[in-house]
This record gives sequence, structure tokens and C-alpha cells, in this order.
Amino acid sequence: MIPASGIGWYGVALAIVGGALRVSTPYLFVSLGEVLTERSGRVNLGLEGTLLMGAMSGFAIGSMSGSPWLGVLGAAATGALMGLLHAGICNLPRVNDIAVGIALFIFGIGLAFYLGKPFIAPRAAMLPALSLAAWSSEPAVRAAFEISPLLLIGIVLAIVLQWAIFNTRFGLFLRMAGESADAARALGRSVNAIRTIATTVGGAFAGVGGAFLSLYYPGNWNEGLSSGQGLMAIALVIFARWSPLRCLWASLLFGGASALGPALQTVGVTSGYYLYSAAPYVLTLALLIYSSSTRHTLAGAPSELSISR
Amino acid sequence: MSVDMQNMPPPCVEARELCKRFGAVQALADASLAFTSGRMHALLGENGAGKSTLVKCVMGYYRADSGTILVDGATHAMRSPLASRRLGLGMVYQHFTLVSQMTVAENLVLGRTQVPLAIDWKAEHHALDELMRRMPFRLDPARRVSSLSAGEKQKLEILKQLHLGRRFLVLDEPTSVLTPDEADQVLGEMRKLADASVLTVVLITHKFREVMRFAQDVSVMRAGRVVATMDVATTSVDALARLMFGSNTTIAMAQPSSPATTAGDGYCELRDLRALGDRGTLAVTDASLRVRKGEILAIAGVSGNGQKELVEVLAGQREAESGSILVGGRPYRRTRSEMQRLGVYVLTEEPLANDCVRSLSVAANLALRRYDRPPIAWHGLLRRRVLRQWAERLIDRYRIKTSSPLARIDSLSGGNVQRTVLARELSEDVRLLILQNPCFGLDAVAAAEIRGQIAQARDRGAAVLLVSEDLDEVLELADRIAVMSGGRIVYEVDRANADRYAIGRHMTRSMEAA
Repeated sequence: MIPASGIGWYGVALAIVGGALRVSTPYLFVSLGEVLTERSGRVNLGLEGTLLMGAMSGFAIGSMSGSPWLGVLGAAATGALMGLLHAGICNLPRVNDIAVGIALFIFGIGLAFYLGKPFIAPRAAMLPALSLAAWSSEPAVRAAFEISPLLLIGIVLAIVLQWAIFNTRFGLFLRMAGESADAARALGRSVNAIRTIATTVGGAFAGVGGAFLSLYYPGNWNEGLSSGQGLMAIALVIFARWSPLRCLWASLLFGGASALGPALQTVGVTSGYYLYSAAPYVLTLALLIYSSSTRHTLAGAPSELSISR
Repeated sequence: MSVDMQNMPPPCVEARELCKRFGAVQALADASLAFTSGRMHALLGENGAGKSTLVKCVMGYYRADSGTILVDGATHAMRSPLASRRLGLGMVYQHFTLVSQMTVAENLVLGRTQVPLAIDWKAEHHALDELMRRMPFRLDPARRVSSLSAGEKQKLEILKQLHLGRRFLVLDEPTSVLTPDEADQVLGEMRKLADASVLTVVLITHKFREVMRFAQDVSVMRAGRVVATMDVATTSVDALARLMFGSNTTIAMAQPSSPATTAGDGYCELRDLRALGDRGTLAVTDASLRVRKGEILAIAGVSGNGQKELVEVLAGQREAESGSILVGGRPYRRTRSEMQRLGVYVLTEEPLANDCVRSLSVAANLALRRYDRPPIAWHGLLRRRVLRQWAERLIDRYRIKTSSPLARIDSLSGGNVQRTVLARELSEDVRLLILQNPCFGLDAVAAAEIRGQIAQARDRGAAVLLVSEDLDEVLELADRIAVMSGGRIVYEVDRANADRYAIGRHMTRSMEAA
């Protein structure tokens, strides 16, 4: 049997693919939630806080009930409440969604740390792993292609959302609220109601992303769990130009970038480990510089977003 | 649904002694009016005469303080727009209520009262094709609204109402953004629908030409009252004008420059100017122009064809991609010192947002061009008393209605903000004046006054670049007319050879080619 470090650069590629499949899940859920929110005309910057609240509550419910799936549902409910809070405050006149988002970002982190203190030591029942590479005799390959069932749910969700945005009543109303609040009002639709639903459902998605962090391997709750993934996912939405399907590809790219540091470690490149671990942050910065310009608004951005006006 | 309704006559609607007050303003005072079934009825009046208020009370957007509304002879309370919608009354707004990033089909589906949970686009497109066949206008359902011309958007708004089975349609200044050809087509089709007893049409307008040519009945409103209702065939433009403005008001028309003061040398020149719009696409394409001293060069065009971006580049609010601007024969970099030295003054679109600091007073806004120079500035300090006296003089001279020079500029009405900015931009030694829609939203008397001042600036030798969507204004003021379409200057003609319809056709030329 060949040790992982012995398979060389092939191993690096394998580790990056494995990382992409493993780490991408929270990016995917948060960015899908943000796509939904932003398509309705609001930005929710608080999703990092929602992510941590989801991780904490998912873990707490999972460990107390013994069922990880109950934990996922609990995380979704917590996320929805956070989203509802954002929407409720933003529905008031003259409230800025960006400011509310930053406030909820800090609030969510603080609350998750406070409520999560008793759960730092214990372990909860973990979500099962599905192996896509049972055919391989190579344990490294088998490990790389082990995925969480949540990733499969996320992929299905991305495809369904992509279809729903263009082909359902909810999708049309969502885009109308995001593109022209005036038109929505003239047609007698409540812009606030549409945005409230979108932000709440978006929060639930981000909560599920959090549940993945604490309920999938290695399956514990600690305060450094999210490491800014919620914020990066929001940047990722801009890169994905508000398309759910492109969010899937972008999440895989970010997942791969996150795995760069550990992957190089497997072939013995240990110097500059922290530098490689910073790859997703560098990638975020590079993508934002690439996609923005002083001369024009972002292509594909919903017209009602405060960043488009 | 509209098929079986075709056999019934369209509704007749009557308003009796409607009163509506907004704060201190009596917007409607015992206004009474009847719209006959299957007729095209023009509602003529100045801005603020109460046309929109009357119609909005009828449609249920406002609740009248007193008075009754009858539809087909029965009294209705009209508590909300929903009530009028149920009776088949519909309104086409002045500002489009379309979602521009969505397709024609998506907009039509969104307009329905019942939108299906999941949409079968194949069936929808098929149904819309069927519908279009019975409609006066045809549009490709797959096109994105942002690619439609203003005329096509207006048609889509009307289609939306017809698609909903509305039989009583109010058109609020429908031709303000249309070329003459487009306006004639839209109004002509509406008249045909009225003649075929498909629709009762109300046309809100202040253009006599449209009333005389298309309407059957006309009502004139002034100061919240309906002063007359008559058959168009029995009246004349002069009679209508007297009713509309009151018999003792005369409106001075600006005089074209007399042959003696023929235009001098070129003062401002644009060479192959290119600029990007907000979405990063080319908004101004290779624009070349020359404005001479002592002439008004007007740029006509339908809104959204690059005029806004062009003015922003000239005002220093937007970067040009390439090309050059020359003022007084030298490259113009739009710095404050250059503006002062070369006498460049600008009034852009939406002056409150683009030319004023909202939270500052009227006096401070008046001083924005010269607070850093004596006598207002004294060794880097502001002399408030001098500034105030100076502002009071301008407020007086330009008849700006404000509670005090220290009132915030955003507490003023739109027309008075416009006057404030014009007072600031015209108060100095103007050598290049750049104006965009300077009379937008002003009543006829104020507009005539401002046009007079623009003509005076020209007569004093200023080069004037007037960018306007109002073809009447262009034809009244300009010595030379250029047409902007699709970001390009597509046509240029001098006043003597200018023809309304020829200009209109050039306004839409490149759109048809695209």
C-alpha cells in the first residue's frame, strides 16, 4: 500500500478535489441563501453570524436528541429566525440593509459563542458520509470521494433554484422585487412581503450550511468553526453573478482553494502552510477586484440592490 | 375573458363634484366630468391643474374628500385601486412600470391577477402570440424590455392593460417620451379601439395638437376645476388655450436669434467622444459636435439614448473612454479653475440629485460656484452676511419661492429647485451653458420665463448646448438641431430646414436598424 505522501502531485490534485467536495458545502448553502436574498433586492451581510448560529444550534440539538438530521432541521429553523429578524428590521422605513447585516453578523457570532459554551467539549452524532469511490482499492481515493449527503442536497437545491427563479410564480415575483420595486407596487404586490420570505428562506439555507460545519466530520462545535466562510460566500455570489448554478461551481472552486494548504502538506511542503491556507481569502480578494470596476455597476446585479444604485 | 366582454359597450364613468385637499392645497374643487362610453376624451390642463388628482380619485388611488363616482350609472365608493380594477378600469402611467431586466412575456404574465405557481412558458408564449394577433400592437414576447424603445414600452404598457381585459383606459401624458410618429401611431390605434366600441379612452395631455387630432371630447381643467367640456369638433386651439391659461395670461415665446447676431466662432467642440453607461456598455459613441458662440445647439432624442451620459461627461461627473473635449480651442479637463476661467455652466437632469447638496440651504447651494472667491470668501473664511445678501438678491430676481434663504434646498418644490440652479448657473459671466431638460416639470409660465433667459444668455454671446427630450422646446429655442440616437449623433439640421417628423424619424433610426 502506498502512503498518501508517496503518491506525489497526483495526491495533491486528489486532496484538492477531495477538499472541493468536502469544504464547498457551507459555501454552497450560504451563497444560495444570499442569491435568494439579493435577487429580492436586499443584501444580508449577517450570514456569517447565521452560519455560526446554525452550527451551534445544529450541534446542540444534534447532541441532545442524538439525531444529526434533527440538528440540521433545528439549524435551518434558527437560520430562518435570523433571516426573519434581518427582514423585519429592514422592512421599517429608512433602514439600511447593509448596516443591519453588519449588526446581525456581530450579534449572531456573539450569541452563538454565548449559547454554545456548554457544547464545546461533547461530541454529537455525526451525519453519515457517502462514498462515491467504493470501486477504488486506494484508501486515499476512497477518502477523497467521501461526501456529505448535505452536498447532494445542496446540488439538487442549486438546480431547483435555477429553474424556479425563471419558471415559477415565486421566481418571477422575487426578480420583480429585486429589479423594480415600483413595478411591483404598481401591480399591487407587497415588496416587503416578497423580501421577507426571500431573506427568511435564505437564512434557513445558511443555517443548514452551519449544521454541516458542526455535524459532519470531525463533528464538533468550536468558536473558530466558520473562519469567515459566511462572508466569503457573499463575495462568491457576486462572482457567480446571482446565478444558483454558477454558485455551485464557484463553491467547488473555493472548496478546492481551501484544501490547498493541507494538500501541499501531504506531499511534504510544510513551509508556508499558513500562506497556502490563506488561498480562499486571496481568491476572494482577486475575484472581487476582477469583477468590479469604477466605470460600471456589476453585470447581472439586481437593480434594486444598494450596491447597484 | 375579454372575448365575451367585447359585445358589451365599454364603461362610461362620471365624477360629480369631487373635492380633494392636500394640506393647504385644494387640488380638486367641485370637479364634475363625464366620460362617455366608447369615446376618446382628452383632459387638458397645466401641471398642477388637477388632472392627475381627478383621475386618481376615479381610479381609487386617492379617496376624494367629497363627491361621487359613477360607473355605468351606479355609484361606487372607490376605496382602493382594487375596486376600480374589478370594474375594468385601468391606467397607463407616465413612468413605465415595467421590469426592464425581464422579457415582454414575463412582464405580461406578472401583470395578471392570477399568476400560476409554475409557469409553462411554451403554452404562455403560444397564448401571447394568439393575443398579439387580436391586438393593435405586436411585440416579440421573448424580447427583453430593456431592448425596447420608449414607444414600444408604451405599447407594452397598453397591451398589459388590454391583456387584463380593461375596457376603460386612462393614458397619463402617454406621448411625452415618444417621437411624433410613435405618438401618432399609439394614439391612432387607441382612437380606433374607441371607435370600435372596445374601449373608453381618457387622454391626459397638455398638447393641443393631440387633442385636436385624436380626441372626440375635451375637458379643460384649471386650478382644480373643470372649466369646460366640449366636442373637439366645435372648438379651436385658441379657445382651448384661453380656457387653459386663463384669458389674461399671455405666454411670451422665445425669439430665435436675429440675423444680425449670427453665430460666431466655435467655442466648444467634441471630437469622437465615447463614454460608458452605468452597466458598462457603450452609451456615447463617437459623438462629434461644435457649439458656436451666440447660438443654441439643441440635441433632440428619446430619453436613454446617451444624452444623460454625454452631459455627465461634460459636467465632469463621468469619465470619457476616448475622444476629446475642447473649450475655447484648448483641451478641457473639467477642473474647477477651468470652469471659472472659461465660463462653463451646467444644469443636468434631476438637479436636486445632481446639481445640489440636498442638506444645505438654498443660499449655500446658490453659492456653490463662488463661495471660494471674494466677496463671499475672505482669506479662506466664509462671510455669511455677504453670502446671505447675495443669495437674497438672486432669490428675488429669479423669483424662487422659499420660506427663507436658510431653508434646506430639498424643502423646495421641483420647479423652485430648477430655478435655484438656473439662478446659480446663469448669474455669472456665462460663455458655455450646458442644459438638460431645463423646463422639465415646470408650468407653462415658468417654462416660458426660463426659456427666455436661455435665449438671453445666447443673445449675450454664450454658446448654449441644450439637451432636451421635448421636441416643442427644441423647435422653439434651437438655432441648430442635432439628433442623438443609440449614443450617436445621427442627424444635424439648421432651424430653417427643421421638420418635426424628419427629426422624429431620426430619433428612432438606429433602433430600427438594430
